[in-house]
Amino acid sequence: MDFLTLIQLLDSTVRLATPLLLACLAGLFSERAGIFDIGLEGKMLAAAFFSAAVAAVTGSVWLGLLAGIAASLLLSALHGIASITFRGNQLISGVAINFLASGLTVLIAQSWFQQGGRTPSLMGGGRFTPITLPFADAVADVPFLGPIYAELISGHSILVYIAFAAVPLTWFVLFRTRFGLRLRAVGENPAAVDTAGVSVVGLRYAAVAICGVLCGIAGAYLSTALQAGFVKDMSAGRGYIALAALIFAKWRPWYALYATLLFGLFGALETRPDVITALTGMRMQGQLLGALPYIMTVIILAGFVGRANPPRAGGEPYVKER
Amino acid sequence: MDVMPKWAEVILVPLISLILAAIISALVILAIGEDPIAAVKLMVSGALGSTYGWGYTLYYATNFMFTGLAVAVAFHARLFNIGGEGQAALGGLGVALACLYIPWPHWSLALLGAIVMAGIFGAIWAAIPAYLQARRGSHIVITTIMFNFIAASLLNYILVNVLRPRGSMDPATARFPEGTHLPTLHDVLAPFGISFSKAAPANITLLIAVLACVLVWALIWRTRLGYELRAYGHSESAAKYAGISPFKITMITMIISGALAGLMAINNVMGEAERLVLNAVEGAGFIGIAVALMGRSHPFGVFIAAILFGFLYQGGAELALWTSIPRELIVVIQALVILFTGALDNMVRMPLERMFLAARRARAPKPERKPVEPAE
Repeated sequence: MDFLTLIQLLDSTVRLATPLLLACLAGLFSERAGIFDIGLEGKMLAAAFFSAAVAAVTGSVWLGLLAGIAASLLLSALHGIASITFRGNQLISGVAINFLASGLTVLIAQSWFQQGGRTPSLMGGGRFTPITLPFADAVADVPFLGPIYAELISGHSILVYIAFAAVPLTWFVLFRTRFGLRLRAVGENPAAVDTAGVSVVGLRYAAVAICGVLCGIAGAYLSTALQAGFVKDMSAGRGYIALAALIFAKWRPWYALYATLLFGLFGALETRPDVITALTGMRMQGQLLGALPYIMTVIILAGFVGRANPPRAGGEPYVKER
Repeated sequence: MDVMPKWAEVILVPLISLILAAIISALVILAIGEDPIAAVKLMVSGALGSTYGWGYTLYYATNFMFTGLAVAVAFHARLFNIGGEGQAALGGLGVALACLYIPWPHWSLALLGAIVMAGIFGAIWAAIPAYLQARRGSHIVITTIMFNFIAASLLNYILVNVLRPRGSMDPATARFPEGTHLPTLHDVLAPFGISFSKAAPANITLLIAVLACVLVWALIWRTRLGYELRAYGHSESAAKYAGISPFKITMITMIISGALAGLMAINNVMGEAERLVLNAVEGAGFIGIAVALMGRSHPFGVFIAAILFGFLYQGGAELALWTSIPRELIVVIQALVILFTGALDNMVRMPLERMFLAARRARAPKPERKPVEPAE
């Protein structure tokens, strides 16, 4: 495998890791506040559809992004009502949200565009286009560092840079602000937060809302940057892989970055069977390669996580003492 | 003491949840520019208006009984098995192997063999996540989801590379031999003088599904294992204190659950398609979640809910055929049922409880407030 192939592989790793990273950070906010969310998948899917649909109709990808975030926020609100206000089972609520998104997107897509549950292909201003960072063309010929800067770091859409910037931002918000401290506390011991006179319900809704915004960006990235338009069930299990990455990362932002990059690499390898053949000397069947990210997830979760300490109050609704 | 009488708990709460789901579904149909009343009429006539419609409704219901029971059994031990889809797919593989490679002399023997193989294959696919949860601490919800994806890839691989007959382009096995064909409801009912549609896929597996409902009921409420399983579901620490091994219960529950999901394959693979095709499960594993929630994890409730979803499935197919409403409407209805009967359960329950509490207070006499006779 030569250097250029490696750069290409890493380049597509970054592309595929971006939606996972955004969804993983989304789950991080939610689960750190004690709200399990397996509805990441559904929120991404809904956001993917609405951003593609609005971008297709208006021709503006930014309006599309807003619509995607709004759709994702709506589902987040539903999850909040079910699991915070009515203290329902958070896993079941997440499952319901996933099916709701999976069914409604096709239903609405068919009703609006009559193209068999997809949106029209996005063109021009309807997509997030790659950004060429300054001097990328100038340094492209420099050996080693040139291609890394020009091919790997430059030339992604703005959402990729937003996703990577979200990692230090998440770390800062969670570990260096008062809001973050309270948010983590509400996931560990909500009764203590309540005693301190801070609203448990308010904090949890805030966390779920942040989760909605990040999932919205992730979904918009899928349909307006990674691909050009929405197709049925295009999130393809990414929400679940993001959840697995979250566990692998032990609910920490920087580890989330590494975990999602690893899963992104699995995804990138899936599209390059020639690289695997070159590396291992074996020919892999395409169908089995498709299962690679999932198999790796199971192996990682089973063996390498070590002691993963989830937020202690995760999944449990908070009932105020009377 | 429970706030609500038993009938309200068992009938009223699910009914109100269902009505709420139905109202929102109607609004969705309105929003995409169709007439909900006409849609319901079409669904009823398509699914229940003929023995042909009934044959499809009961065929789907049979699938959902198995997957619903699978989820329900796991719920009793407070395990959430989302892997019914993958377990049923693997069950299909077991059925295909049993039917293709063993020369069965009679369908009844083939059925027994297929039941064993479907159960074992489904159980294995559930046992791995169960083991990983019990021994390695990986969350069963995540692993069963992953196993759904892995099962889909595995079946794709096996169908394309191993079981596909030479010269065929279709990723499917060869047709099963004549000796494994199960009698349809038409064949079963004909001796009793009842004429049932010949073309409908409902078959003798329906009786096995009903039997499975009875057996699961007996298991959960009439055996020591069932007691341990429920005890574990209510309180893990109390169960541990009583000497119940969490590892054992997790494994056994998931093995039973996976076997039940796997058994679905005798209906769709052996009974209907008579060969194993790609994506044979068609989401029935997920519908099991809705069925179990609506049936309150009780086998009889699962039976009723499965028939309701069978009706929705067949009715939805008719809708997709005659109107511009796509089949995905069923996924939306399924999501709404899961939402209202599962996640938003308290939204329905809390006001009802308040109502019953108020009614009881109004009826009961209040002894401490007795007017005191003034002394003369």
